[in-house]
Amino acid sequence: MYVIGELINGMFSNVKKAIQDKDGQVIQDLAKAQADAGATALDVNVGPATRDAVWGLLWLVENIRKVSDIPVAIDNAKWDIMKEVIPQVPGDKIINSSKADEDLLDKYVPLAAENNAALIALTIDQSGVPNDVDRRVEMAATILTKCAEHGLDMDKLFIDPIILPVNVAGQQAMNVLRSLEQMKMLSDPAPHFLLGLSNLSQNCANRSLINRTYLAMARGAGLDAAILDPLDTELMDVAITTDLLCGKAIYCDSFLEAARSK
Amino acid sequence: MAVPDTKEKWTGKVNTLTLGATSEQGGTRTSTVTIGGVGCLPSLEFEGPKGNRPAIAVEVWDGDGEAMPAPLRQVYGDSLKNVADWAKKAVEFGAEMICLKLQGTHPDAGDRSAEQACDDVKAVLGAVGVPLIVWGSGVNDKDNEVLPRCCQAASGENCLFGSITEKNYRTLVAACLADKHKLLAESPLDINIAKQVNILASDVGFALEDLVVFPTTASLGYGLEYVYSIMERGRLAALTGDKLLQQPVLCNIGFEAWRAKEARGTDEEVPGFGPAEKRGPLWEAATATNLFQAGADIFVMRHPEAIRMVSESLDEYYGPKGS
Repeated sequence: MYVIGELINGMFSNVKKAIQDKDGQVIQDLAKAQADAGATALDVNVGPATRDAVWGLLWLVENIRKVSDIPVAIDNAKWDIMKEVIPQVPGDKIINSSKADEDLLDKYVPLAAENNAALIALTIDQSGVPNDVDRRVEMAATILTKCAEHGLDMDKLFIDPIILPVNVAGQQAMNVLRSLEQMKMLSDPAPHFLLGLSNLSQNCANRSLINRTYLAMARGAGLDAAILDPLDTELMDVAITTDLLCGKAIYCDSFLEAARSK
Repeated sequence: MAVPDTKEKWTGKVNTLTLGATSEQGGTRTSTVTIGGVGCLPSLEFEGPKGNRPAIAVEVWDGDGEAMPAPLRQVYGDSLKNVADWAKKAVEFGAEMICLKLQGTHPDAGDRSAEQACDDVKAVLGAVGVPLIVWGSGVNDKDNEVLPRCCQAASGENCLFGSITEKNYRTLVAACLADKHKLLAESPLDINIAKQVNILASDVGFALEDLVVFPTTASLGYGLEYVYSIMERGRLAALTGDKLLQQPVLCNIGFEAWRAKEARGTDEEVPGFGPAEKRGPLWEAATATNLFQAGADIFVMRHPEAIRMVSESLDEYYGPKGS
C-alpha cells in the first residue's frame, strides 16, 4: 500500500527544535528511517515551529532531498503558502491538501496538474466534516469532476474521507468504511483512497492497536493509502499483510521480509 | 468526451542479465547472450519496452545420448557419444547457449564423479564459443559435491548454474558468488516458492539481478496451461514492481516435450498421429512458442527443426537476429 510517513511534522518537539536550530541532520535521519521502514512518501509539515512556513517547508524538503528522492507530501492548509512552495519542490511531490469546495478545487487541481504533483483532497468543505456517508460520497464526486475538468490523472489523486478520533466520534469509523465502498464505484479507474490514520486514536489508550485494527478494516473497504507512523513495526506488519490479503502482493513464507527487502 | 486510455502503466520490468564472458570480460566465450529487460506482456509492446529476444539453449548430456528418442538420435547421430561433439552439433543447429545437463552424475544413472563432471564442463567450453548453462542431477548431496567443483572449473566464464531450491541453496550460492556465475532458482510450479527461493538466495548475499527463475515446465497437453498461468502471474507481479519476481525465466522445453507420447511415440505405437519426424519437432516448437507468450526468456531445446520454427517466430516479433 501507499504509505506516507508522518514523522516530519513541526508539532513533534524533535522536529520543532531541529527547524528552530536549523539542524538538518535530525530531518535527514527521520527521512531515512521512515523510507527504510517502508514509507512510499513522506509528509512534510512545519507546524508551529516557525512563522515563515514557506521557508520552513522548503528547508525540510531540502534536507530530505539530501538523503532520498522519495515523494514528499507538502502539508499545509493555506493556499498562499502551497502556491508558493509547490513549484519550488524538486522531485515527486504531493499537495496535502485541498478541501472539496469547488472554488478551492479550481485552484488546487490546476496547481497539481501544472506542477506534475499529486493531490490529496479531503471530503470536507466550509460546512465542516460530514457526519454521514452521503455527504462524503457527494463531495468525492465533486472532487472527481473537478479533476476530470482540469486534467488530473486518477493515479495522482488521493481522496481522504476524513477519520475522526474514535473517543469523540464513535460512529464515524464505520461511516468512513461505508463511504469508501461507495466512493470506489464513482470512477474507473478509481483514484487512491487515503486516511490520516493516527487521527483515529488521538488521545486514546492503545493507539497502535486501534490504528492497526482499523487499517485492516479500511483496506477491506478499499483504502490503499494512509498517512501513518512507519516506525510502528506492528502497524507496518499489518500494512504488508493487507497487501497480501488484497491480492496486491504474492505470498511467500518470508512475506514480511520480502516486502521490506524492496 | 475523450476516449479513455486503457493502456496499463507498468511500474517494473524484468532484470536484464548477460551470460557468458568474452576474453575482454575475463572469459573465453566468442559470444554472449543478454536476456530480460521486458516491461510489458508479450505482444503488448505499446505498454512498455519489449526487452531482449529470448535465447535458445540446446541440451547436451554428460552420458548416454542413446536414451534420446529416435527422431533426435537420427539428427544428432554419432555426436551423442561425447559432450564436445554433441555441443558442436547443437551450435550448428542454432544453439545460442549450451545447456550441459550433468545427469550422468546422478547416483542411479552412472554416478560420474566431480572430476569427470569438471572434464565435461571444460570439454564443452573448449569445443564451442557460446555461453554455458550447467545443470546438476537434482540429487542434493551429489550436486553439492559436483557443482562447486564445476563452478571453479568454469571460473570467469559467467555461466548459469542450476539449480537451487528452497531446501538446497547455500552451497551453490556460495560457489557461484566465489566464481562469479549466475544462478538458476527452481520451484515446483509454485509462485510462492519461486519468490521464497529468491529471497533465500538474496538473504545469503546473492544479487537478485543475477538470478534466473526456473518455475518448472510442462509440455503441450501435459499441464502447459498451468505453467502458463504460473509464469503469467509471476510476470504480472514483476511488471507491477515485485523485485523478488523480476528475474528472467527459463523453460525446459525439450525435456518436457519429448516426454509426451505425441512427440516420442513411434508410428507403430501411435498410428494416426502422423509421421514421427514431424510430430516431435512440432510438439517441441508449440510448447516453446506458447510459453514465449507467458514470458519465457530462455528455451532449453533439442530438435533442430523445432529450433528453426521457434527462431522464425521470434524473428517475426523481434526482427531477424542481429538486426
